[in-house]
Amino acid sequence: MEFLLAIWNWLVSVWIVVRWPLLFAFLLITFMLVSAIFSVWLERKVAGRIQDRLGPTRVGGKFGWLQTLADGLKLLVKEDIIPTQADHFLFRLGPYIALTGSFVAFLALPYGNGVVATEMNVAVFFMLAVMSTEVFGIILIGYGSGSKWSLFGGMREAAQMVSYEVPMAICVLVPVIVAGSMNLIGFAQVQETTAGTLASRSLMWNWYLFHDPFTFAAFWTYFTCATASCKRAPFDLAEAESELVAGFHTEYSGFRWLSIFMAEYGSMFAVSGIASLLFLGGWHIGVLPDDPTAYLGGFFGNLINVIVFIGKCWTLVFVMMWVRWTLPRLRIDQVMMTCLKYLLPISCVLLVGVSLWNMLLPTEVLALFPIVLFALCALLVVLLIKQLITWASAPPGTGMPGMWSMVGVTGYQGARKTHS
Amino acid sequence: MVNLQPFLFWLIASATALCAITVVVTQNIVRAATWLLFTLAGTSAIFFLLGADLVGVTQLLVYVGGTLVLLVFGVMLTAQGPFITMKTGAAEWAISAVVGFLFLGVLAVSAFSVKDSKIGPPQGSIAEKFAPKERLSKDPANAQYSAVIGQGFLGVGVGPAHQAGNKVIRTNYLLPFEIVSVHLLVVLIGAAYLARAKRRRRTAS
Repeated sequence: MEFLLAIWNWLVSVWIVVRWPLLFAFLLITFMLVSAIFSVWLERKVAGRIQDRLGPTRVGGKFGWLQTLADGLKLLVKEDIIPTQADHFLFRLGPYIALTGSFVAFLALPYGNGVVATEMNVAVFFMLAVMSTEVFGIILIGYGSGSKWSLFGGMREAAQMVSYEVPMAICVLVPVIVAGSMNLIGFAQVQETTAGTLASRSLMWNWYLFHDPFTFAAFWTYFTCATASCKRAPFDLAEAESELVAGFHTEYSGFRWLSIFMAEYGSMFAVSGIASLLFLGGWHIGVLPDDPTAYLGGFFGNLINVIVFIGKCWTLVFVMMWVRWTLPRLRIDQVMMTCLKYLLPISCVLLVGVSLWNMLLPTEVLALFPIVLFALCALLVVLLIKQLITWASAPPGTGMPGMWSMVGVTGYQGARKTHS
Repeated sequence: MVNLQPFLFWLIASATALCAITVVVTQNIVRAATWLLFTLAGTSAIFFLLGADLVGVTQLLVYVGGTLVLLVFGVMLTAQGPFITMKTGAAEWAISAVVGFLFLGVLAVSAFSVKDSKIGPPQGSIAEKFAPKERLSKDPANAQYSAVIGQGFLGVGVGPAHQAGNKVIRTNYLLPFEIVSVHLLVVLIGAAYLARAKRRRRTAS
């Protein structure tokens, strides 16, 4: 009887230790999956709009909110087919390794000041390392399917992901050198200073994006490498819908396919999270001189921070989708050439450049440069919006003729004059 | 009071050991590589349990993300056919069992002969909250954190000080480190030589 009591006491004390980590893990995986559902809906809407159609509009009201839910239900009840030639163990195991690699990265991703599952001093390094284990899941998925389409897709994808990790890590090193730490919470805190003159308040020009030209370039390079490592177009040879049937996940249907795609959308959010923490100020809005916790108190201030951070990440995910439906796909040799001949030397130059910039230049230049760059970028954004409005308000058929217009081709009946 | 760290250690260590045994026992070579993945990931988990975040992350990045991917590529692309099975003869089992147990003995003897180990996890880590307090060492000469070991590999004197003549010296691990590096280089060159494409001696018919 005392033995049972001892076991019970031990179980209770284990529960006291693991209840908070379990809650964090539950919250994180819920967020990751709900974010994946939202991202799938967003992708279909964005794809539709870019292709001049509407996307899902029937399920769940006018905007098709519940389309992904319906898709998820369908995938859950679909028949689980495993080809006879597949290696059964590896076929089953692959999606779980990919999903685990994508989810564990969320453990170190902070959503607000202190709103993180595990505060690690090597957080960004941890996230990069864990997301590199996702490659192994892709290899097993491609190999374990027992079909040549999957094997080709898996090999290409593994080569691509592994190659792009190198310039990605070097581009991550660029702001790490400026900040002096790999702690992601420290990154967001160092891009905000709440004391001192106006130039040093928690304003947008403190973001590392504007800190020096090398971090500015590093943001775009990092974003390209991150798009490639998430196997998103224009680097999506692995899926290659029009070439390899469906690439490495040809033989997967139902819930297994869903796991692969949750892993992909999860890692899209994770790399966007790293980008927004390293370069875009994390959870800072950028227009308030102080952290929202100073105005609204702890809970609501942190809630605002979390909402802002998730908004930034979803904006970057939207940019990834926008690029996907705009640019054509690169061939595998073009993909590898981009990595090895362009992005890798560029990131090495950025690494050396950021070290020299921060070491050699006087402090006045270092303090003035972000404001100048921010003003230039703001001017560019204003000009772009003005031009977009001009184009959008032109009557149809004029303004932006588009790539298929046959203006100037003699004999074509549909040709119209542009305003040029 | 729960002592979570030993429980977690035994859990992770036994899982890692089982995966390592399965690497040897399984007959499909790609599955062996998969079990090796779990073994290396388990080792990384042990590092995290000790509070050595950086080493655990480096283990994941270098071994799992780099070495193992390379290994799996090589295995997959050089196997003569899909899903080949490897049958190990009884003589090979016997010899490898003997060698394995001898190696285990050497490791166990050298691990337990480190006197009075005062290993402790770093301040503020998860592991420190659950580690028994009386074993932490405050003396950096006796501390065996991984940073100190790393310094020893670079030639900085670490470990307990002892007199030699009228100088106080501490041991460093530079020489073993260099020997192991040269050994690894020899192994790499040997493997490249063994894997070279052999020129055919007979003329094409």
